[in-house]
Amino acid sequence: MGRYVVQRLLQMIPVFVGATLLIFLMVNVMGDPVAGLCGERRCDPATAGRLRQEFGLDRPVWQQYLTYMGNVFTGDFGTAFNGQEVTELMSTAFPVTIRLTLIAIVFEVVVGVTLGVVTGLRRGRPVDTGVLLFTLVVISVPTFVTGLLLQLLLGVKWDWIRPSVSTEAPFAELLLPGLVLASVSLAYVTRLTRTSIAENRRSDYVRTAVAKGLPRRRVVVRHLLRNSLIPVVTFIGADIGFLMGGAIVTERIFNIHGVGYQLYQGILRQSTQTVVGFVTVLVLVFLVANLVVDLLYAVLDPRIRYA
Amino acid sequence: MRGATHARWAVCAVAVALAATACGGESSADDAGAVLSASWGDPQNPLEPANTNEVQGGKVLDMIFRGLKRYDPVTGEAKDMLAERIETSDSQNFTITVKDGWTFSNGEKVTARSFVDAWNYGASLRNNQRNAYFFGYIEGYDEVHPEDGGKQTADTLSGLKVTGDRTFTVALTQKFSTFPDTLGYNAFAPLPRAFFDDHDAWVKKPIGNGPYLVDSYTRGSQMSLRTRSDYPGPDKARNGGVDLKVYTDSNTAYTDLMAGNLDLVDDVPAAQLKNVKSDLGDRYLNTPAGILQTLAFPYYDDAWNRPGAEKVRKGLSMAIDREQITDTLFHRTRTPATDWTSPVLGEDGGYQAGLCGEFCEYDPDEAKKLIREGGGLPGGKVTITYNADTGSHRAWVDAVCNSINNALDDERACVAAPVGTFADYRNRITGRKMSGPFRAGWQMDYPLIQNFLQPLYYTGASSNDGKWSDERFDDLVDQANRETDPAKAVGLFQQAEKVVRDNMAAIPLWYQNGSAGWSERLSDVKLNPFSVPVYDQIKVS
Repeated sequence: MGRYVVQRLLQMIPVFVGATLLIFLMVNVMGDPVAGLCGERRCDPATAGRLRQEFGLDRPVWQQYLTYMGNVFTGDFGTAFNGQEVTELMSTAFPVTIRLTLIAIVFEVVVGVTLGVVTGLRRGRPVDTGVLLFTLVVISVPTFVTGLLLQLLLGVKWDWIRPSVSTEAPFAELLLPGLVLASVSLAYVTRLTRTSIAENRRSDYVRTAVAKGLPRRRVVVRHLLRNSLIPVVTFIGADIGFLMGGAIVTERIFNIHGVGYQLYQGILRQSTQTVVGFVTVLVLVFLVANLVVDLLYAVLDPRIRYA
Repeated sequence: MRGATHARWAVCAVAVALAATACGGESSADDAGAVLSASWGDPQNPLEPANTNEVQGGKVLDMIFRGLKRYDPVTGEAKDMLAERIETSDSQNFTITVKDGWTFSNGEKVTARSFVDAWNYGASLRNNQRNAYFFGYIEGYDEVHPEDGGKQTADTLSGLKVTGDRTFTVALTQKFSTFPDTLGYNAFAPLPRAFFDDHDAWVKKPIGNGPYLVDSYTRGSQMSLRTRSDYPGPDKARNGGVDLKVYTDSNTAYTDLMAGNLDLVDDVPAAQLKNVKSDLGDRYLNTPAGILQTLAFPYYDDAWNRPGAEKVRKGLSMAIDREQITDTLFHRTRTPATDWTSPVLGEDGGYQAGLCGEFCEYDPDEAKKLIREGGGLPGGKVTITYNADTGSHRAWVDAVCNSINNALDDERACVAAPVGTFADYRNRITGRKMSGPFRAGWQMDYPLIQNFLQPLYYTGASSNDGKWSDERFDDLVDQANRETDPAKAVGLFQQAEKVVRDNMAAIPLWYQNGSAGWSERLSDVKLNPFSVPVYDQIKVS
């Protein structure tokens, strides 16, 4: 087990370097960001030169990358164009997005898995068909439609919630955005669980458990569900990184100043430091989430062992 | 969820009340009058006066600073604010006297030195100020800001001299009769010593001499401004303060206004324009702003610089149905342009409706004829380049192209070419990579006809993106700048504008309006010629 974890951690290094290099190059390909800083006019060449020097843009790309990575390891993620430290941006953005992601994941696990179990056990019944139809609708409607519609209904028409999230972004205000963010994944989790449960219901170990005379509840939760969760856990693990980085649309609709917002601003202003910094952290989140998922397999299925 | 929301509102209200009284004790915030909330965008650059060149940062500076002059919110006329007298005998050397009794919100007196230090800071290359070129007319600029990357040989402008506690002199490198009228621009604001002594702290919480003071500032999300009770100026704020909230999407701000969570939006999204009347009734404002949209041409490309090309450009201009586009696409929030300035200048300021004449009117037959006479479109078609990331440019560029195609009876006469980001777009422009007309928008810095012509069409000027050059035009602008009589100067600028017209140096499209919508709590909402709400005059009930 320990060796396996170390091996996996070592594997992360090339992935990490590759991913950051790729992002770095991609942002650089977009051209000189200084040109966008002077409005509808040519930056005067002297000031533009100074700005390029300040942001290190006057050096070759490989040198920029090396300096950047060197700084990252000392905890310095550079400065955004508006003069703010990227670490400062992160310290305001990540807590918000993490809260949002947590809510989304809880929705996925609680609602998604429950619906999956219910429909998996009652295959072909009206409740199964109903949920199936519902998930189909949720999957096919784009997030921004769901988001805007719920915002208009709950926020303006019925006045249940505030349509936008305040600066502090407490949990209560993030409930609706979290639900919207989770909606599509939630539908997938439901369907994954349903298929998996329906399949395993007829397996030998379930029949054995029933034959042993175990209570139905115990059969479903301990035997059936635990063994059916592997594909679901894989999905949710990959989804964590996806939800954190992919919340741009949801964050925009509800005016949440999280990671998506900072990435959006960074891309618009071609701020290499902001984009690369945030993506670097997201890459790390992805890698760690994947590792955790792999370790969870062993917990769920005792037959899986990591040597 | 509803209960929780309301509880939080109550907590917020208490917190605000506490904060207001707390501030009343130490600084000088005024807790009389209610606070309004308004939409805002994250400023692109640090909030220094000489470093702010876009409207979101400008909004704040307009609230926390007062300069020597201030542009009247209604007429746009430059009126004395901190200036007691600006005297000159030759339009080149000015003696400026600052009014007595002005203070910054931290109590420091505003003196001649506050201005001279601020201007020196703004001009110095070392400080990377985006608006440094505003000081380019002042003597000694070449030494503090060498254009071609040479070494900076001086720290201060030799043309600025403090001659007394409240007087200083300005020497310009050339005659510039309307120089005093440019002093209302934010870059010329005075700065307190705190700015130089602890710069980082100042940027985190700016201190100015305007009717508002910054109470708290959370970068990227919110700024709370409160009314200064000790404000010495004549335009004291009529409300308790303003909370500026950053919105990523103007649609969300509009939704928040509808739900009663926001009092004022100053950018009604295009998608909502058709509902705005039924949503807000008379709580909606749509007035001209000093913004002109044009199509510029690449004169570094011989295809557009040959003799006869002006006929092609005039033909293209006549192939654009401005009336229809502004009507259906913009719901009258833009007005078809008939000259190269803006209605906010007024007749006396140099705006002349109809100066463009027939060349700005839709006439497909004449358009076809002119283009044929001019030798046809280069390569048989034109490509209009624009940036697709902001300002919903896609819709109108497509509409302009359709209009051209219809007028010329050629499905492939005009193609729209989007560029992903504004920065990349500017890169291509400065890299001279345009092959056909491209979107050019101009938001005035100050309401003078000079600002609509010289930066855009003078040889080598900073916003002359198409690199147009015409000796007659340059000559007339030089003459106008030398002219001491304002009316005569305006006349000369208009003559220069006619040179632009005769060559159709750029195709004027439409004047852009500013728009605002507000909640029932507010009254007396106005927009100034820069399309920024006049916050200090808003009343909150």
